[in-house]
Amino acid sequence: MSAHDANNNAQVRSASETVASLKVVPQKQYGLWIGTALVLVLMYFIIRAFAVNPAFEWDVARSYMFHPSIMRGLYNTLLLTVIIMVVATILGTIIAIMRVSRSEILNGFAGVYVWFFRGVPALIQLIFWFNLSLLVSKISITLPFVGEVFSVRTNDFMTPFFSAVVALALCEAGYMAEIIRAGIKSVPSGQAEAATALGMPYRMILKRITLPQAMRFVVPPTGNEAINLLKMTSLVTFIAVDDLFYSAQSIYARTFETIPLLIVVSTWYLAVVSIMSVGQYFLERHFGRSDKRNETLFDTWIRAIVGRKNRSNADV
Amino acid sequence: MSEAQKLNRARFDVPETSMIFARGVRKSFGAIEVLKGVDVDVAEGSVTCIIGPSGSGKSTFLRCMNHLEKLSGGVILIDGNFVGYDLVGDRLIELKDKLVCQRRAEIGMLFQSFNLFSHMTVMENLIEAPVRVRKLPKAEAEADALTLLARVGLSDKAASYPRELSGGQQQRVAIARALAMKPKALLFDEPTSALDPELVGEVLNVMRDLAKSGMTMVVVTHEIAFAREIGDQLIFMDDGVVVEKGDPKEMIENPQSPRTREFLSRVL
Repeated sequence: MSAHDANNNAQVRSASETVASLKVVPQKQYGLWIGTALVLVLMYFIIRAFAVNPAFEWDVARSYMFHPSIMRGLYNTLLLTVIIMVVATILGTIIAIMRVSRSEILNGFAGVYVWFFRGVPALIQLIFWFNLSLLVSKISITLPFVGEVFSVRTNDFMTPFFSAVVALALCEAGYMAEIIRAGIKSVPSGQAEAATALGMPYRMILKRITLPQAMRFVVPPTGNEAINLLKMTSLVTFIAVDDLFYSAQSIYARTFETIPLLIVVSTWYLAVVSIMSVGQYFLERHFGRSDKRNETLFDTWIRAIVGRKNRSNADV
Repeated sequence: MSEAQKLNRARFDVPETSMIFARGVRKSFGAIEVLKGVDVDVAEGSVTCIIGPSGSGKSTFLRCMNHLEKLSGGVILIDGNFVGYDLVGDRLIELKDKLVCQRRAEIGMLFQSFNLFSHMTVMENLIEAPVRVRKLPKAEAEADALTLLARVGLSDKAASYPRELSGGQQQRVAIARALAMKPKALLFDEPTSALDPELVGEVLNVMRDLAKSGMTMVVVTHEIAFAREIGDQLIFMDDGVVVEKGDPKEMIENPQSPRTREFLSRVL
């Protein structure tokens, strides 16, 4: 059939028939196919390396998974994470409120705080607080006419655990302050203005109007911070707090089963991070993130498991 | 009426019927003077509409009335009270935040962008200030809120969130929220400017009912027809001063100042 005939045929058919019979030929995505093939090959090699290489000593790793000192280390890691996160969130909120304050002094102080504690590496801050006694040997309160009312040797209370809490909480608070400040800034100024016009005082507006609305912008990055912090606590190994990593280290220092114990530690970190991610998902949903455009595979997966019963009030 | 209110009224020669009394109001932002001496009288139970080109200072003046902006000069008395100050001798003593809040709560304000609290339901929006600021029992506040919602025709929306409502519905809820504080006067800052044209009517209807019920209202608006129909007084502001004020119908039909005439010819 010549091109001319085909053209005639098309004219014989009605326009609506043509519209109905049109076929879409998808674009050929060669790049995507090549990429997929490469990843599959890579995955084969990785899985084979893990499965075949005897140096991984999977059975040794399994035997240490619930070892008492590993469990104690895990407990300490979780305890540190929770305490530091709570302190950092409270401190960070205060710094953030100072940062949006009308007072130049408060604002400036908060700015310097964030600049300093985000700028100095966490490990250095940690070792600094641990060695505070080199700087200040004794902390005391002396009142005029009364004399010394309180005194304590720095080394007595700056235990490794306490220095870890102080150092990492101060450091983390710098990050939290920036997150919360961004959250506060994200609330339209009309909200506070309307509340002011209704006669609500500044502190009530912060507590009832601004901060609750800031939460939905604050929760996702805070979840990431909490996960980062969990991993950051492994730094406390340097000042001999027996966290998860320290416990593993003290075992493989004796037995030289380095790789299996690193697997144990990694598995536990991964497990906790996974649980935290699920918690973060529910928190985010609670604070009404209705934007589904940025949904990750993980969100979809959780949504499928959790079901759709709460959907109607979660996203409108 | 308190002693202070009586004294203030006597001292500034405030007319008996006055709800809002402004004399020589000036406001500067840095070097820019936005209000250059504004005199306005609003009688109790009357509706005053303020029109004027953007940048004429009309919104700023409205915000000065409930102390959202501090005055740079002049006085504004609401029912004989300074919103942000007390007059002692010849000095205006700035009030504590708590007192400013109390006085500010007596003047409701409506915004172009509604500003409903987006994390609260309609009901929570309505009872927030009565419960937290006025310390009203929750049940009582809720009963009041339901009455107000019926008044703006939104009884079935108590459990909805603001984002589930149309712009017109949101502005009606905002009006109900302001009314929940039982204000002496309501200030409207371009209440229909952010609305789709077909939603403007429902908001104006609510405002019309309010005006009939005797609420003192000051409305910054571009709705000349509304100003003409409902207003007791029309004020034309330009470049930080009141250019002309008077009866809306007369002013719209026969503006005295050339600036008023030019503005009206552009918007009508």
